[in-house]
Amino acid sequence: MSNSVLLAIDGSAGGERALQYAMERAKLGGAKLIVAYVIEWSQYSFNTPEENAERHKRREQEITRATDTIVEPAAKVLRAAGIECQSVVTHGPPAETLIKLANKYEVAQIVIGRRGQSGIKALLFGSVAGNLIQTSPVPVVVVP
Amino acid sequence: MTKFFTAAIALLLLALPAHAGFDDAINAATAPIASAVGAIVFFKIPVFGAQLPLVVLWLVIGAVFFTFYMGFVNVRGFKHAIQLVRGDYADPESPGEVSHFQALATAVSGTVGIGNIGGVAVAVTIGGAGATFWLIVAGFLGMSTKFVECTLGVKYRQENPDGSVSGGPMYYMKKGFEERGMAGFGKFMGTFYAIGIFIGALGIGNMFQSNQAYVQLNTVAGGALDGLGWLVGLILAAVVFAVIIGGIKSIARVTEKVVPFMAIFYCLFAIIVILMNFTSIPAAIGNIFAGAFTGAGVQGGAIGALIIGFQRAVFSNESGIGSASIAHAAVRTPEPVTEGYVSLLEPFIDTIVICTITALVIGTSQVADPNFANGATGVAMTSAAFERQISWFPLPLAFGALLFAFSTMISWSYYGLKGWTYLFGEGQMGQTIYKLIFCGFVALGCMVQLGPILDISDALVFLICVPNILGLYFLAPIVKREMVSYMARLDSGEIKKYNH
Repeated sequence: MSNSVLLAIDGSAGGERALQYAMERAKLGGAKLIVAYVIEWSQYSFNTPEENAERHKRREQEITRATDTIVEPAAKVLRAAGIECQSVVTHGPPAETLIKLANKYEVAQIVIGRRGQSGIKALLFGSVAGNLIQTSPVPVVVVP
Repeated sequence: MTKFFTAAIALLLLALPAHAGFDDAINAATAPIASAVGAIVFFKIPVFGAQLPLVVLWLVIGAVFFTFYMGFVNVRGFKHAIQLVRGDYADPESPGEVSHFQALATAVSGTVGIGNIGGVAVAVTIGGAGATFWLIVAGFLGMSTKFVECTLGVKYRQENPDGSVSGGPMYYMKKGFEERGMAGFGKFMGTFYAIGIFIGALGIGNMFQSNQAYVQLNTVAGGALDGLGWLVGLILAAVVFAVIIGGIKSIARVTEKVVPFMAIFYCLFAIIVILMNFTSIPAAIGNIFAGAFTGAGVQGGAIGALIIGFQRAVFSNESGIGSASIAHAAVRTPEPVTEGYVSLLEPFIDTIVICTITALVIGTSQVADPNFANGATGVAMTSAAFERQISWFPLPLAFGALLFAFSTMISWSYYGLKGWTYLFGEGQMGQTIYKLIFCGFVALGCMVQLGPILDISDALVFLICVPNILGLYFLAPIVKREMVSYMARLDSGEIKKYNH
């Protein structure tokens, strides 16, 4: 069984807690962490011609911003703690993309923070963690 | 900024004489210009008693030629087009780029405009029920033209230093001809087209849209807006101004998201109305076929119906005009021909589906009650056909028409701007001047009658198809080579389908 874990972060406090949890666990079990940030995006959205023309540029900006401000700082913390890690930033529908990543890196587990959204928003759009639990091929740890 | 333009609009309002006579004055001034421009572009040759505008012949020959030359790509490529839009062949390694679906949706919301609601009514009024048949044929053939122009649009687009992309006929003419060793001619054609599109954008994608939106609003208001075209025009112009100059992108974004749903909502209710008129369906379809070949009651007979059908189809789906290739050029793909396939769905959705549905709503109503529209034409006629069965429908229809008009205006302001920047560079000052002119024409559109607007719009738009189709003839072998090579690789399994 693989000893790598997919850690999904989103720059929120929940993601931060997930990072802390995964770090503690990885220290104990010597696991390798795949730190992932999914930029929410759908290939079926509707855009203006101008947005489309600028899409390529924006995409690169989004990836750079997510890498520099969220993923790399997290990876730095992990490396400082002596944990082997790899970072991934990609676009897509969050839950679905995380599952693709889990398959690609053959991880044993996915760790994700709970965003704790409630009410209408959660009812309409569901939560990433909720969707993951329903569809993930590997165990999911949701950090409260 | 906001303060600035509210003040500007307030000043304009004060300066304008607030009475009905103003609209009339504008009308009187534009009508002769319209007929003069129309006479030049629509130079007509008499054929079997009908008047055939040369430019319509030009478009028909082009569409027929591309259909045969590309081996009926409009039929054979249809299934693959749907697979591409679904994302079956999307590279999983580059998510976040403009997808085939997004490029198509953007282009469709630029084309689905008032033409689909009002233009069809105009076709049926002038060309009789038979015009519908030729409208569908034109849509079908237009799919091939669209395939050629959109493939070229992607292949020869320009990547700007800032990372954004610009594409469209002006770029494929310039670069394509350069490749064929005719750089000078390509430059000339590119410039010709760019001038055409930035002027043409003021008609089809602007005045016609704002005019018909106003007409429908006035119908719903029970004529309360009579003579107030200038006011509605100014308000519409102010909203367009807010988006394209004020940079209030949220309005445009919301419109883009609502328009597809409005289109579905429109089709759904249209089908309901057709079903409510079900006893008239056989007769309505009979009229379409009979009219197509006999031209009963139409000036110029069957040929007359054909001409009108083709004219209105192109006006609605824009194939041969090249505008959509500007929107399609934004897609990110290593195979330009894939966007060609996707784009052939555009005339299909716009003309074969939406226009036909509108035509049937009108046709079945006409069978049931020949005088249902009380002499109204354009969008007012379509509205009356809906109202016969669903009394409250004109209100949502007015809202839909307004949105369709608005999204088409936003798209066309971009197309026109691309023509402008091709000619005059990316300078901010120049862009703002163009956008101001554009807003001015939005307002003007509401002040003049439908007749002159249609004449000017048609004339301007058809003017651009002259250089565009000429260019397509020269560049079609390039597209054919790409298509054959792509298909061979698809069949051999070299181009893989990804499982999602």
